[in-house]
Amino acid sequence: MRAAFVIENLGCANCAAKMERKISKIQGVRSASVIFMSKKLIVDADETDIGRIEMEAGIIVKSIEPDSRLIKG
Amino acid sequence: MAVLITAYAIAGYVVAISAVKSLRYGMILDENFLTIVASAGAFIIGASVEGAAVILFFCVGELFEDAAVQKTRKSISELVEMQPVSVRVVRNGYELNVKPEDIAIGEHFVVLPGERIPIDGTILSGSSSLDTKALTGESMPRDVAPGESALSGCINMTGTLVIRADREYSDSAVARVLAMVEESGSRKAKTEKFITTFAKYYTPAVVAAAIIVATVPTLLFGLPSNVWVYRALVFLVVSCPCALVISVPLTFFCGVGRASKSGILINGGDVMDRLALVDTVVVDKTGTVTKGSFDFSGIHAHGVTEDDLLEYAAKSEYHSDHPISAAIIGRYGRVIDPEDIGESVNIAGKGIRTQVNGHTVHTGNARLMRDIGIEPCGTHDDVTNIHVAIDGTYSGHISISDEPKEDSAEAVRELRDLGVKNVVMLTGDNMTSAGLVAKAVGIETFRGDLLPEDKLDILEGYLGMREGKGSLVYVGDGINDAPSIARADVGVAMGGIGSDSAVEAADMVIMNDSLRRLPEAIRISRRTRGIAYQNIVFSLGFKFAALAFATFGLAGMWFAIFADVGVAAIAIINGTRAYGRTL
Repeated sequence: MRAAFVIENLGCANCAAKMERKISKIQGVRSASVIFMSKKLIVDADETDIGRIEMEAGIIVKSIEPDSRLIKG
Repeated sequence: MAVLITAYAIAGYVVAISAVKSLRYGMILDENFLTIVASAGAFIIGASVEGAAVILFFCVGELFEDAAVQKTRKSISELVEMQPVSVRVVRNGYELNVKPEDIAIGEHFVVLPGERIPIDGTILSGSSSLDTKALTGESMPRDVAPGESALSGCINMTGTLVIRADREYSDSAVARVLAMVEESGSRKAKTEKFITTFAKYYTPAVVAAAIIVATVPTLLFGLPSNVWVYRALVFLVVSCPCALVISVPLTFFCGVGRASKSGILINGGDVMDRLALVDTVVVDKTGTVTKGSFDFSGIHAHGVTEDDLLEYAAKSEYHSDHPISAAIIGRYGRVIDPEDIGESVNIAGKGIRTQVNGHTVHTGNARLMRDIGIEPCGTHDDVTNIHVAIDGTYSGHISISDEPKEDSAEAVRELRDLGVKNVVMLTGDNMTSAGLVAKAVGIETFRGDLLPEDKLDILEGYLGMREGKGSLVYVGDGINDAPSIARADVGVAMGGIGSDSAVEAADMVIMNDSLRRLPEAIRISRRTRGIAYQNIVFSLGFKFAALAFATFGLAGMWFAIFADVGVAAIAIINGTRAYGRTL
């Protein structure tokens, strides 16, 4: 299934690209896309994996841009 | 001087905090950190003004980038997002004000003149004119009456309307258009992929080069260390890739926004890439090239009365969603009792077989008649004939003509002007009526008498014939050509956000019915891509120039600051051009 999140305070375009690369590598993620312009993260994965992926992605987002935060879209 | 020091202290503090936070996560190539190093280094070797300028302009640049992105985002979202805060819903005979999200399917709500329709629905009472500009880019208001559909996002102009909700808020046209525009960024253009991949290697490479520049000439050749450390610091200033990366997605977002202003929804930057390189356009006839609203040119009954023929035809088509069925049922005009209708079987590309009042009725084209052993007679080749057989006996036919839209011919001419080599029309209709339409709009290649699966085969043929990077665009009204829309390089669904399956398969949706939006979309795509290229060449050019000049001592910190912040600002302003101008 396809889940959408918002990355609050996503401020830098290169960081968005870094987040996309790292989140794509989380286990169970079929594809992930970070849209800089609309501050969205779109993940395609099995429904049972979404919760865990959200947590891992939240950590990645924070590590790349400390002021940003992943919330449900 | 005091002002400068204060400004420097504040800016430096902010940047330093971010840098420290990133360092905690082990992000050593964070741009805040690199900027601090460049600035502090400049102070240590005595270039204090430059050191302060690096930090100050870095902050100014960040503020400008943020402001530009916010503003762009806002102006494009506002196009469609202007939603009413509350809706007057009728519950238990009372009007209540609730949020649009709280309205359930089937509930009735009231929209006063001047208000925006919050949710897609069917008009129950009242008539009015709707301003559909936000959705379709069309400035002509549309007159509506009870029984007709009303899409969210339209402004009710003249009369009070009572509307039954057919969709929930989150599924309504406005929400879907907005989601499509906002999520278009998830399908990235080649230029965007290039620049983000480039950035991944660029920063480490430049930082490594800076370290070499700072150490090797001094240690190996005994050259003065101050000069070479200064040059290395210049490297650090241009090592931040963000400025480079930001302008490309911004440009494409503006391009998508520009298209949506014309009622064209483009699903992503990669779609723009392919649209720009189109060499073959394949179009469906009915509803795409033609109006799809059918004129009855004759009802010819055989052994039954004309009224009976129309009644059997209408009832047999009751369960069909083909546009012609809707036209016949509309022409019949009376209420159909579902009790009269028994089993109904769709025969793809041919017609339908239905039990009506206990009789077996075949309704469809000449091929369907031949399948059941009947040779239709007295037909007219220049129109579409719908034949009816009752209990295996030929009972006559209904002739329907479907005119080309006024601007289809113009659209075909514009496509040729844009360098499209082949324009091909496909239809399930007979060859004669296909030929008439093709001739009227200037299409030379056309195929008629096609079943839905034939269309896909022909499409595959043309896909195999593409030359080089040329791409194939398929345009259909989406009722039964979702497979072709999905298969083409660029699948275009005509006629708005109505048909779910087609919109889901489509790369692009044309909200008003005009084929002329296709050449417009091609022009917007080419222009957007052009601007993205300009930005890449321009910003890369300056960065490399700064690196090269710095190595030989020809350019200092000021040039580097311009190559970083100034170039980003110019690229962003250039990118927003993709949103403006009529094309």
